[in-house]
Amino acid sequence: MTTRTPPAERSSISTDQAGRDRSLSVSVAVEARGLTKLFGTNRAVDDIDLTVMEGEVFGVLGPNGAGKTTMLNMLATLLPIDSGEARVFGYDVRSQGHAVRQLIGVTGQFASVDENLTARENLWLFGRLQGLSSKKAHSIGDDLLAQFDLTEAARRPISQFSGGMRRRLDLAASLITRPALIFLDEPTTGLDPRNRNQMWDTIRDLVAEGSTIMLTTQYLDEADALAGRIAVIDHGRKVAEGTPSQLKTQVGTSSLRVQMAERADTAKAVALATELTRVTPIISPTGSGFSVTLSVANEAADVLVVLRNQKLDITNVTVEQPSLDEVFFALTGHRSETLIPEIEASKS
Amino acid sequence: MTAAITIPTTTSRPAARAVNASVSIRDALTQITTLAWRALVKMSRNPEQLVDVTFMPVLFTVMFGLMFGGAVSGSTAHYLPTLIPGIIAMTTITACVAAGIQLREDMDKGVFDRFRSLPIARIAPLAGPMMADLARYAIAASVTLTVGVIMGYRPGGGVLGVAAGVVLAVITGWSIAWIFLWIGTKARSAGAVQGMSMMIMFPLAFLSNAFVPVDSLPGWLQAVTRVNPVSHVVSALRDLMNGGALTAQVGWALFGCATVAAIFIPLAVRSYSKRV
Repeated sequence: MTTRTPPAERSSISTDQAGRDRSLSVSVAVEARGLTKLFGTNRAVDDIDLTVMEGEVFGVLGPNGAGKTTMLNMLATLLPIDSGEARVFGYDVRSQGHAVRQLIGVTGQFASVDENLTARENLWLFGRLQGLSSKKAHSIGDDLLAQFDLTEAARRPISQFSGGMRRRLDLAASLITRPALIFLDEPTTGLDPRNRNQMWDTIRDLVAEGSTIMLTTQYLDEADALAGRIAVIDHGRKVAEGTPSQLKTQVGTSSLRVQMAERADTAKAVALATELTRVTPIISPTGSGFSVTLSVANEAADVLVVLRNQKLDITNVTVEQPSLDEVFFALTGHRSETLIPEIEASKS
Repeated sequence: MTAAITIPTTTSRPAARAVNASVSIRDALTQITTLAWRALVKMSRNPEQLVDVTFMPVLFTVMFGLMFGGAVSGSTAHYLPTLIPGIIAMTTITACVAAGIQLREDMDKGVFDRFRSLPIARIAPLAGPMMADLARYAIAASVTLTVGVIMGYRPGGGVLGVAAGVVLAVITGWSIAWIFLWIGTKARSAGAVQGMSMMIMFPLAFLSNAFVPVDSLPGWLQAVTRVNPVSHVVSALRDLMNGGALTAQVGWALFGCATVAAIFIPLAVRSYSKRV
C-alpha cells in the first residue's frame, strides 16, 4: 500500500473525490449523506458522509464507542436512520430495506449463529431462509464448511467451538448467497494472532473474488493491512478519510531509521545526519542506531551517501511513513487505546 | 438534477443482481416452516422445555382429580368428565406462556440479529416457533387425556369427539399464545415475561368454569367467567369430548380464539418489528 503512492503527494478528501470521478465505470456500493443517529441527546453518529466503491475494502477506524457499529447497523437496515440518507447499490436503506437485505451480508462483533444447532445445520437453516432448496443449502453449506476449515466440526454442537471457529462459521453464514456487499463489524476483535491472520487472509480472498467489504476496526494495523480507503471516526464524526498512505502523508514526513554496524560510529553518524537534514535525530535506546524525520523521502539517500563516503558501516536501514497511530493522534488529539503496547514496542 | 444533498443516481446504480420488492407468500411459508424446524430441533435437544406439557398435566390431573373430585362431584370418577377438559384448557394456556419467554430469550441472542439482517418475512421469526409450538399443545392435550383415561375417564364423544377436542385445544393454544408473544416483545427480560404472563395466565385459567360449576360462584364472578373465552373453550371441549356434539359453545370458543388472535397478532408483530 505504502509503496504505491508517492510519499510526497499531499492529498485529502477532495483529491480522492477527483480520483473517483475518473473511474465512473465502477458503481457505488454505499453512499451515505448526513447519516445521523441519536441516542437521547447523544449523537452516536453525527452527520457522516461516506462513499464506498464496488470492489473495495473500506475501513471504518475509530476507538471503542466512536459510533462505528451504530453506523454499520444503520447501513445494514438493523437500526433506523434518524436523519440523513443512505443508499446501498442505489437502493434507499430507509424505504427499500428488503432490497438492501438481499444484497448484503452482515457479520457482527458477536457470533450470530444458533447455539442449539450444529455448524452444518446453521448453514442449512440460513440457506433455506434465503430461498435455496434443501439440497442446494446442504451443498453450499458443505462447501463453505470446507472453505473455512470447519468440515471436521460440522456436526459438533457450537457450544464446543472456539472463538475463532465461531467467528469463521459466522462469516461463512454471511456468505451463503455470495452477497455483493459484506459488512464486517470488528471481525478480529478478541481473536488470537493466528486466527486474526487467518481472518485477514479470508477477507483478502473475498475481495479477490469481487466482494465489496466495509469493515470496522479499532486496530490501526488492521485498517492499514486490509483497507484500500479508511474513514477515521471519533465521537460519531468523521475526522478524516483517504487511503492509508494519504492519511499518513497528511501528518507530513517520512522517517529514516539507521542501524550502525559499530556502536561507536553512532555519534559521528548522528552529527553528519544533523548537518545534512537540519533536524536532530533521535538515538535509539541501545545507542546502536538513530532515526531522523525527513521533509522529503529523497533526503534518505543523501544521508546514506554521506555515511558510505565516511566509511561508516550500517547493518539496517528503513524509510517509513508515520504509523497510523501517529496519524490518529494528529487527527483526534488522543491516541487509539488499542495496541499501544505493540506500537510502543515497534518504536523502540 | 443533483441538488446538494440528493445522491446522484447516475453513480449509484443498483447491482446487477435482481432483487425482489417483497417476500412472496410461498417464500414466507418456506421461511416459517424452516424456523419451525429450528424450534423443533431446539425442543428435542432441550427436553426439559417439555416439562410444562408432560409432567405438569399429569400432576394437575392426578392432584385435582383426587383432591376436588369428592367435594365437587361426589367422587373422582364423576368429576373426570368435568375436570379433564378443564385441565386440557389450563395446561394448553400454561404451555403458551413459554412462547413469550422463548421469544424474549431468542431476541437477546445473536442469531436473531442475523434473522433481522436477512431478506425474510418480518413475521417469520415469530410465526416459525408458533408453528412448532402446535406440537406442544397437542402433547399437553394428549398427556392429559391419557392420564384421565388411566384414572377412569371414558369420553362419551368417542374417538372423533376426542380428536376434535384436541384440535380445538391446539387452536386455543396457538391463539392465546399471541398474548404472551406480545408480552415477550415488550418485556425487558425473560424473567419479566414470566412474571407478567403469570398474572394473565392464572386469572384466564382459573376465573373460568374449568374446575368448578359456575353456579357455585358469586354473581359478579359468574359474569367474569362468562366473558372469559377460556370458559367457552372448556364448555366446547366438554361438549365435543363428552357428548361428541358440535354445539354453539364450539362456535363461541372459536370466535373467542379468533378475537384474541385478531387483537394480539398485529400488536405482537408491530411491537416485534419496532424492537428488532
